[in-house]
Amino acid sequence: MGFELFFQYIVAGVTYGAIYAIVAIGFNIIYNTTGIINFAQGEFVMLGGMTAFTLNTFMPLPLAIIFAVIITMIVGALIEMIFIRWLDNPSVLRMIIITIGISILIREVALHVWDETVRALPYFTGNEISSIAIGGVRISPQVLWVIGVSSVIVVGLHFFFKLTSVGRQMRACADNRNAARLCGVSTRNMVTFSFMLSAGIGALAGCTVSPITYVSYNSGTLLAIKGFTVAILGGLGNSIAAVAAGLILGILESFSIWVMPAAYKDAVSIAILLLILFVRPSGLFGSKERFGLKEF
Amino acid sequence: MPDRRFIHIGFFAGAGIIIQLLTYFTGTGYFLTQLTMSSYYAIVIIGLCMLMGYAGQISIGHAGFFAIGGYLSSAMTTHDLTPFKGSLPVRLLDSIGFLVDRQGLYGEQILHFQPWVSFIFAVLVTVAIAYLIGGPVLKLKGHYLAMATLGFGTIIYSIVIGTPVFGEADGISDVPAFALLPGLTVSGKMSVRIENFYIAWGLMSICMLLLLNLVNSRVGRALRSIHSAEDAANAMGVDTATYKLRIFVISAVFASVAGVLMTHFNGGIGPSEASIMKSVRYVAIVAVGGMANLWGALIMGLVLNFLSLRGYFGSLDDAVFGGILIVIMLFSPKGLLRKETLSYMRDIVLQRGSEEDNA
Repeated sequence: MGFELFFQYIVAGVTYGAIYAIVAIGFNIIYNTTGIINFAQGEFVMLGGMTAFTLNTFMPLPLAIIFAVIITMIVGALIEMIFIRWLDNPSVLRMIIITIGISILIREVALHVWDETVRALPYFTGNEISSIAIGGVRISPQVLWVIGVSSVIVVGLHFFFKLTSVGRQMRACADNRNAARLCGVSTRNMVTFSFMLSAGIGALAGCTVSPITYVSYNSGTLLAIKGFTVAILGGLGNSIAAVAAGLILGILESFSIWVMPAAYKDAVSIAILLLILFVRPSGLFGSKERFGLKEF
Repeated sequence: MPDRRFIHIGFFAGAGIIIQLLTYFTGTGYFLTQLTMSSYYAIVIIGLCMLMGYAGQISIGHAGFFAIGGYLSSAMTTHDLTPFKGSLPVRLLDSIGFLVDRQGLYGEQILHFQPWVSFIFAVLVTVAIAYLIGGPVLKLKGHYLAMATLGFGTIIYSIVIGTPVFGEADGISDVPAFALLPGLTVSGKMSVRIENFYIAWGLMSICMLLLLNLVNSRVGRALRSIHSAEDAANAMGVDTATYKLRIFVISAVFASVAGVLMTHFNGGIGPSEASIMKSVRYVAIVAVGGMANLWGALIMGLVLNFLSLRGYFGSLDDAVFGGILIVIMLFSPKGLLRKETLSYMRDIVLQRGSEEDNA
C-alpha cells in the first residue's frame, strides 16, 4: 500500500469519524441531562439532510441549511414536549421503547414525504470532480467542509457549555438534577433544550455530509448505531472522548475495507460495539468507578 | 382432573379447527395462507414474550434468529452440490442419506441437503449462536442490552445482505417443500393449504403448551423473581444468569424453528425478514399483548400479523407498529392485555363502581 492510498483511507476514515462523533455528541447531550439514550438521534441527521434538500430547491444553499437546522430543532423540541416531558420518572425499558417508536414514526413520515430515493445536497464548494491537492494527495473540498464544520460544532459546544448561562444550567442538570432544581434551574426546560440542541447539531451534520454519503429516509438507524458505538467507546456522556473515539472508529472502518468485503463494513463497527460492551462498558477513556455510579 | 392449561390449549386448538371450517364454508380459504404465516410469526412472538415479559430482558434482534433459521435452511436446500459430487465430503453425506436430488426450476438436477438435515443443522447453529451471544449480552442492562441486541440484529442483516450464498439483496427463492412426515408437507402449494394451516396451528399450540408449563414451574417462578428484582433473586440463591441464558436460547430456538418452517412454506426468504423493523415489530406485539401475558402475545401476534399480511395497514405498515409501541408505552407501559386492565374493563362493562370494590 502506497503512501497516497494510505492517506486516502485516513481521510475517508476521518470524514466518517467526524460524523459519528457528532451523532455521539448528540447522544451524550441528551443522556447527560436526562439519562435517556435517544434512539431517534440518527433520524435527526436524516431529517436535516432531507429538509435542506427540499428547501434548496427554492432557496440558496446556506439559507436552506439554516432553515433545515431550525426546523429539525423544532421537531426535536416537539418530540420532547409531546412524548417525554410529562412522563413521571419513566423506567429505562419504557424510554428505550418509546424512542425506538419515535424513530420509526419519523422514518415513516419521511418515507411518505420524500419517498425512497436517495438525495444529496450539492457540493458546498466546487463539484463532484473538483479536488484539492494536499501534499500530493487529492481530496474533495467537501471532506474539508465536513471536518471543518464538525470541529466548529465541537468547539462551539465546548464554549456554549462553559460560558453561556443556558449551557451552565444544562451542565448543572447533568451533574445533579435535584440540586439544580433547588437552585432555580428549570430542569424540564433544560431537557427540552438538550433535545433541541442535539437535533440541531445532528441536522447540521446531516447537511454537511449529504453531498458525500447521500441521505435517504432510512439512513438514520445505522448512523444511530454507529454514533452509539462511538459514545460507548469514548465513555457515555463524555463528548471530548467521543471525538477521539469517532476518529478511531472511522479509521478502523475505512481500513476494514482493505481486508474484507465492503458489504461487511457495518458489521465491523457493530462487532466493535459488542466487544466494547462486553469487555469495557465504561469506554476506552471512562473510569470504572464513575461508570458504576451512573444509572442506565 | 386435567390442568386448566390443557383445557385452554384444547380450546385454542379447537378454535383452529373452527377457523378452518369457517374459511371452508365461507369460501375464504385463501385466508389460510396468511393465517399459517401469522401462526409462525406468533411462535416467534410467544418466545420473545417469555424473554421480555417473564425474564425482563429486551431483545431488539430476534428477527436475526428467525433469519438464521430461515436462511441456513434455505441456503442448504437450494445450493446445488452436483459440481462437488466427486469430492469425499459430498460422497460421504450422500451415502448416509443427507442429500437428495430434485428437479430444479428449469428442469436441471439439483443435489442438495435433505430438509430435515438442514432444519436440524439450522436449529443447532441457532443454539450455538444464542449461547455464544447470550452469555455476554445478558450481563448487560437497560440501554446497553437494547443496543447490543440491536447490534446483533444489524450484524445478521448486513451478513445476509452482503453474502452471495444468501442471495444478497434478492434473498433466496425456489426453496423446496419440507416433508415433515410422509404425507405431511410444509409447502405453499394450493393443494396442501389446509394441512399446512394445521401444521402451523398445531406447532403453535405445542409451543404454547411448552411455555405455559415453563411459566408454571420452578423456572417460571425464578424468572418472575428476576423480573421484579434481579439482585434480590440472586441473593436468594436463584442462579439468575443461567435462567436468563436458557430462556434466551429457548426463545431463539422458537424464532429459528419458525424461520425454517416459514421459509419452506413461502418457498423463499428475503433480507427484510432479518431487518430491524421486523425485530421491533415483534417487540411491539409483545407490548400490546401485555408483556408478561403469553395468551395476549399469542392472540395479538395472530391478529396483528394477519392484518398486516392481508395488507390492511397499506403503506403505513411499519408506522402502525411504531405508533402502537409509543402509545402502549406512554399510556400503559406494562402492556395492554393484562389481568388488571382486563378486570378493570370488566368492571366497567358490568357497571360495578369502584366504591363497591372498596367496601
